[in-house]
Amino acid sequence: MESVLIFKAIFILVVFGITLLTATYSTLAERKVAGFLQDRLGPDRAGPYGLLQPLADAVKMFFKEEFIPSSANKWLFIAGPSLAMLTALMTSAVVPFGDSIIWDGQEFKLQGMEINIGILYVFGIVSLGVYGIMVGGWASNNKFSLLGAIRAASQNISYELAMGLSIIAIMMMTGSLDLNAVVKGQAGFHGMAWNVFYQPLACIIFIVCAFAECNRTPFDLPECETELVGGYHTEYSSMKLGLYLFSEYTNMFVSSAVISILFFGGYNFPGQDLLPFSHNVITIIGAAVFFGKILFFIFFFMWVRWTLPRFRYDQLMGLGWKSLLPLAIVNVMITGAVILLTGK
Amino acid sequence: MADKLFYFLTFLALLSALMVVFSRNPIHSVLYLILTFFTLSGHYVLLNAQFIAAVNIIVYAGAIMVLFLFVVMFLNLRSETQEKTSILSKVASVTAAGLLMVVLVAALKDVNLGTVQATPDFDSQVGMVEQLGKVLFSKFLLPFELASVLFLAAMVGAVMLGRREPGEQNTF
Repeated sequence: MESVLIFKAIFILVVFGITLLTATYSTLAERKVAGFLQDRLGPDRAGPYGLLQPLADAVKMFFKEEFIPSSANKWLFIAGPSLAMLTALMTSAVVPFGDSIIWDGQEFKLQGMEINIGILYVFGIVSLGVYGIMVGGWASNNKFSLLGAIRAASQNISYELAMGLSIIAIMMMTGSLDLNAVVKGQAGFHGMAWNVFYQPLACIIFIVCAFAECNRTPFDLPECETELVGGYHTEYSSMKLGLYLFSEYTNMFVSSAVISILFFGGYNFPGQDLLPFSHNVITIIGAAVFFGKILFFIFFFMWVRWTLPRFRYDQLMGLGWKSLLPLAIVNVMITGAVILLTGK
Repeated sequence: MADKLFYFLTFLALLSALMVVFSRNPIHSVLYLILTFFTLSGHYVLLNAQFIAAVNIIVYAGAIMVLFLFVVMFLNLRSETQEKTSILSKVASVTAAGLLMVVLVAALKDVNLGTVQATPDFDSQVGMVEQLGKVLFSKFLLPFELASVLFLAAMVGAVMLGRREPGEQNTF
């Protein structure tokens, strides 16, 4: 029992570190990918291949003037970015990063928190993510910030519904709310029975909603600079702005992990039951494959950002309520009918 | 351990609930209400009802309170612009709250606060999702379906109220 607790404590620290490290280098990757897609080099001055750029950015952020507008609500102004970062980091607690390591006859699951309502936990934290933006936007006491906050709130509410309904189809197939059970359910066909092949529509709806919940282009209306100056973070400077920007990358990492788990097999990889290795080696390869999937989806987030233009606000609402929500409901009904007819 | 957590959560719940009422700023009230929902979810977890805890967070803290905050932000009420309440409404609210207190005291004054003995047939898994789903779709099927119909009616009503009449222009 005690060794499990020690393992969990170390594991949670490692996950925390990896989340932050990936988010740090996502900022560099974003600019590199942007450079690649626009046929230019991107940042390459700080260190070899620009690898020290995130460090340079952080130093710049820390040395900027710390500024709080005189008419702002001081406590909530500070609480805003803190909440954004807090909710971004909380989700990874239930993500299963791998199967389990068997050491000395004891099984250690590579998952921070083994609760049987993992999907609901993720969904609950995602729905709280908007508070950081709303509180910060309102506390700035600036019309542009307020508009950004209000946009974020209505966008979050609208896309949450379709997101939840698309997950329901997965829950019906798996018969469990446990994220580890969802991954285990995709282990068939030598590790290739991924949900994306059974639920392509749910997958597309979920990914679109994940973009909207992360406030990524083409859904970055809350910080739409052509209309709202800087959106909800207009009044922010220094590391408080840094936390807002950083929480976006953390959210991207976590969303990529959740997309991989729900639809792309999590730590399952093709041919995993054919390899002549021990359980532990398979687990480590699986965890590595899982990180590969996460990195691919982070790249996908960036790819879309530098390819698609931003939606207009009424188009955004129309897409959410008039296309994604009915499609998700139809998807749930079809899934139910198929499960009823085939009886599995 | 669990009883210490219970007292801590109860203290937080009562404190944040009182702050909802006493805050001069409506935004602060809404934020304290969110905190209250969190402490209530903590109580649900202590009662081994994880599903209700999670759903409480998703529905109340995650959706309804976002809409509350949304509306309060739109109105942009400030403490200095608070409108004066008349004596009549003050008297009416004090009377109503006092009556409620009398009813609560009458209902709870004979409650036995002794320790509850766990019976042999007590199932600690009763609050889990599987158990809840089974009960909800067998024993309580009719109330469950009736509640769904009620929700549907409410949704249709909301759409009817919010719908733009033919020929009506958007006013903002």
